Amino acid sequence: MEVTVTVNGAAHQLDVEPRLLLVHLLRERLRLTGTHVGCDTTSCGVCTVLLDGVPIKSCTYLAVQADGRSVETVEGLLEGGQPSPIQAAFKQEHGLQCGFCTPAMMLAAKALLADNPDPTEDEVRWALSGNLCRCTGYVNIVRAVRAAASAMRDPEEASAPATEPSAEREPEGSGEPRRGAPVGQEVSA
Amino acid sequence: MSGTETPIRGLGHSVRRKEDDRLLRGRGNFVDDIALPGMLHMALLRAPIAHARITAVDVEAAKAHPGVVAVVTGRDLDAHGLAWMPTLSGDTQAVLALDKVVFQGQEVAAVVAEDPYVASDALELIDVDYDPLPPVVDPNKALEPDAPLIREDKQGQTSNHINHWEKGDREATDRAFASADKVVRLETFYPRSHPAPLETCGCVADVDPATGKATIYMTSQAPHAHRTLFALVAGLPEQDIRIVSPDIGGGFGNKVPIYPGYVVATVASLLLGRPVKWVEDRTENLISTGFARDYHMTGEVALSSDGRILGLRSKVVADHGAFNAAAQPTKTPAGLFHIFAGSYDVPAAFCEVDAAYTNKAPGGIAYRCSFRVTEASFLIERLMQKAATELEIDPAELRRRNFIRPEQFPYRSVLGWEYDSGDYQRALDLALEKLGYQELRREQRERRQRGELMGIGIASFTEVVGAGHGADYDIAGLRMFDSAELRVHPTGKAILKVGVKTQGQGHETTFAQIVAGELGIPPEDVAVMHGDTDNTPYGLGTYASRSTPVGGAATAMVARKLREKAGRLAAHLLEVAEEDVEYAEGRFSVRGAPDQAKTIQEVAFAAYTNLPEGMEAGLEGVTYYDPPNMTFPFGTYCVVVDVDKGTGAWKVRKMVAVDDCGVRINPMIVEGQIHGGLAEGFAIAAMQQITFDEEGNCIGSNFTDYLLPTSWETPNFETHETVTPSPHHPIGAKGVGESPTVGSPAAYVNAVLDALAPLGITNIDMPVTSDKVWTAMHEKGFA
Repeated sequence: MEVTVTVNGAAHQLDVEPRLLLVHLLRERLRLTGTHVGCDTTSCGVCTVLLDGVPIKSCTYLAVQADGRSVETVEGLLEGGQPSPIQAAFKQEHGLQCGFCTPAMMLAAKALLADNPDPTEDEVRWALSGNLCRCTGYVNIVRAVRAAASAMRDPEEASAPATEPSAEREPEGSGEPRRGAPVGQEVSA
Repeated sequence: MSGTETPIRGLGHSVRRKEDDRLLRGRGNFVDDIALPGMLHMALLRAPIAHARITAVDVEAAKAHPGVVAVVTGRDLDAHGLAWMPTLSGDTQAVLALDKVVFQGQEVAAVVAEDPYVASDALELIDVDYDPLPPVVDPNKALEPDAPLIREDKQGQTSNHINHWEKGDREATDRAFASADKVVRLETFYPRSHPAPLETCGCVADVDPATGKATIYMTSQAPHAHRTLFALVAGLPEQDIRIVSPDIGGGFGNKVPIYPGYVVATVASLLLGRPVKWVEDRTENLISTGFARDYHMTGEVALSSDGRILGLRSKVVADHGAFNAAAQPTKTPAGLFHIFAGSYDVPAAFCEVDAAYTNKAPGGIAYRCSFRVTEASFLIERLMQKAATELEIDPAELRRRNFIRPEQFPYRSVLGWEYDSGDYQRALDLALEKLGYQELRREQRERRQRGELMGIGIASFTEVVGAGHGADYDIAGLRMFDSAELRVHPTGKAILKVGVKTQGQGHETTFAQIVAGELGIPPEDVAVMHGDTDNTPYGLGTYASRSTPVGGAATAMVARKLREKAGRLAAHLLEVAEEDVEYAEGRFSVRGAPDQAKTIQEVAFAAYTNLPEGMEAGLEGVTYYDPPNMTFPFGTYCVVVDVDKGTGAWKVRKMVAVDDCGVRINPMIVEGQIHGGLAEGFAIAAMQQITFDEEGNCIGSNFTDYLLPTSWETPNFETHETVTPSPHHPIGAKGVGESPTVGSPAAYVNAVLDALAPLGITNIDMPVTSDKVWTAMHEKGFA
């Protein structure tokens, strides 16, 4: 089948099998390998892309369903060749370790911040709850998203020189804990 | 070109990670991202039942399917002598099944096709006849004399018993128990868990038909060891094998073993002369690759009436699945389980472990854990909780009375360890202070009077990481040393090549910081290479928290080796005697005349341009580091929970973690490691479990059945630190990646059981789900 999909602003006309998944169109046909596959069941979210600005899981989405629509992937996140505030914040706040979930996580964050420029911690946690991470315990991801939100609201402050908040910490737990009030979460099992 | 104008950010700096820039742009290079010209795709057919004879395999329809290039069966491999491969524990594992399948999900045949969709289609066309056999699911039943024999293929194997291992002094321990005022006993099952890194396992095997060189890009935490094993399995000359472990999407021990898919893809590439890619899907990952834990444990502690530990013993039945593919050091088949006395000064101890075959996936890997340390730590910390409840002694106080004291280090334990350093009381006190322990206990008393269920859980763990010493610890005979090669170029920039392999831990940054700390070359000027066996010195890989204790030590030592030569060069440049040169932060200066100095960059230039007579050119070196001892990170984790009386659901109100991993190279990365481990500890305590039904069907074969916590369920963490350097590590570091997974499950479970203590509930096995809590309450007449 013929499909026309706009990916990161560029239109692509492709002949695809009707069963081809969108993630494979992106990864195999367009060689945009920043979008990953993790579970095949819409559970882990590492295949998340933005479809007309809305996060979807491209491992359970047919390429033909994206016909005539616009897809944004991690490869489209740079702004003027430079890291976007979300990318910069993930680095600054150590919001990634192995980096496998990170592209999807940043896209989910981008969709959140487009709707809600100043989310609370709980709002960030809820918005990212379709995206699993096995490395970070989510702490620094949440921190990064809120830092990005802050930078996007107030770009001047964000361009101030980066500091090393952890570098000068004293051992033996002097100073305040880095987290605010913890939120308890239901354990649903 | 002065090295002093830029700050040299060595140890203790939260340098932002070098690896992030590519990963944040979607420009990481994971195995599945690799596409080679002419590459074929492989899919594996897996057994639908747990135990059966194979009576016929018909692949003709699959072979005839358009786009299929080859179909491989066990018989095909057998013709090349490749139907079986060695496991990390010296067992043999079927690459593709021949006469019998022994677990659901076992590899039976492979299809190689032009397209991955076609390969999957063709799997449906393979016809296998199975004659079912009775499945053996319970390891205790597996050890009964009349249990069906699972491993008929193994000569001399007449039962499902794999091995018996014990450590300690049984008689002395029995005597201690005989004289005790109180014996506290706990039977607990540490359930089968799966590391489930978000990237599954896979490879691209590329055997060049012209040269015979096999390049295998694979999800490997131990590329050098895997190269050697490939050479042994396939009979290929080792110099013709190159393992490349590119960016790895999380490992957690899951990517330590060799899996049949790697072997079949390599054989297929060898036979077909084209690259072959195999990437498993999530179900394949969960049902067939290395699981962890699955330890049925009974622990007993003998105490005096005032709460002093007199003796400790445990008995374990370990479920290893159908092949003994446990990733454990050869001489210790139950890994380092004998650390089960934990942080306590125990005068007599004994443990014994019996391992059994069952009709389940093989494994027993060290999931974010140093070889069974997690099981051991969980057992002792749960026992301490139960003992505190039974003796009516505050659990913090009970620990305090039994800690190994600071002046006892180095502490030689009755189980044969020499604990390197520790200050357990200090970590506990800090955790309690940060938690507001006394106030919380007051609140708990008030709530209990109102019938509310609030609990405080403590775990004061001690880990043992950083294997070897090589004479004591090896895998498949390969001693557990590690290596680093450092080359400083004429312009003062450097390349460090290491035998360990990052899977997200940030080696490219922290190892550069170690060089910075030792040699004064800023971390941004040190490129770190790892994961490619053609371009890095031999090492045993990254697992068991050994990168910093062993690979990090090798890095520091090779940098010191170069610094020694650089000092001699500086003396030449400064025209003074070698003993008159002193080094500090990238500068070699004349003793007593600090203005007369040469930077490391100037010295490096001289190493290629201006050498003293008789000195070899260049500034390069390699070190193989065999640690004299393990390192012993420790800490205290405290958890506060509220339990809902109506539903059994529990909420973490607060989690305080105090970690002492010795000297911290990059505090930001260390803290990130702790967050991740605390989350995985929570996952294990609250939801993660692989179960099987009576037929041996795996329940937990996808992420809708095998639950992983999201950002919504995962609690928040408050982290603190103490620093007690390791006396034998060159920079005093101990390793950290696994402490939180080792220590925290007991803290969560202890918290829930502390909440339930007034109801007389003394144990709930993990995962502590709300329905288990509700059922326990219901059985006691509550809820």
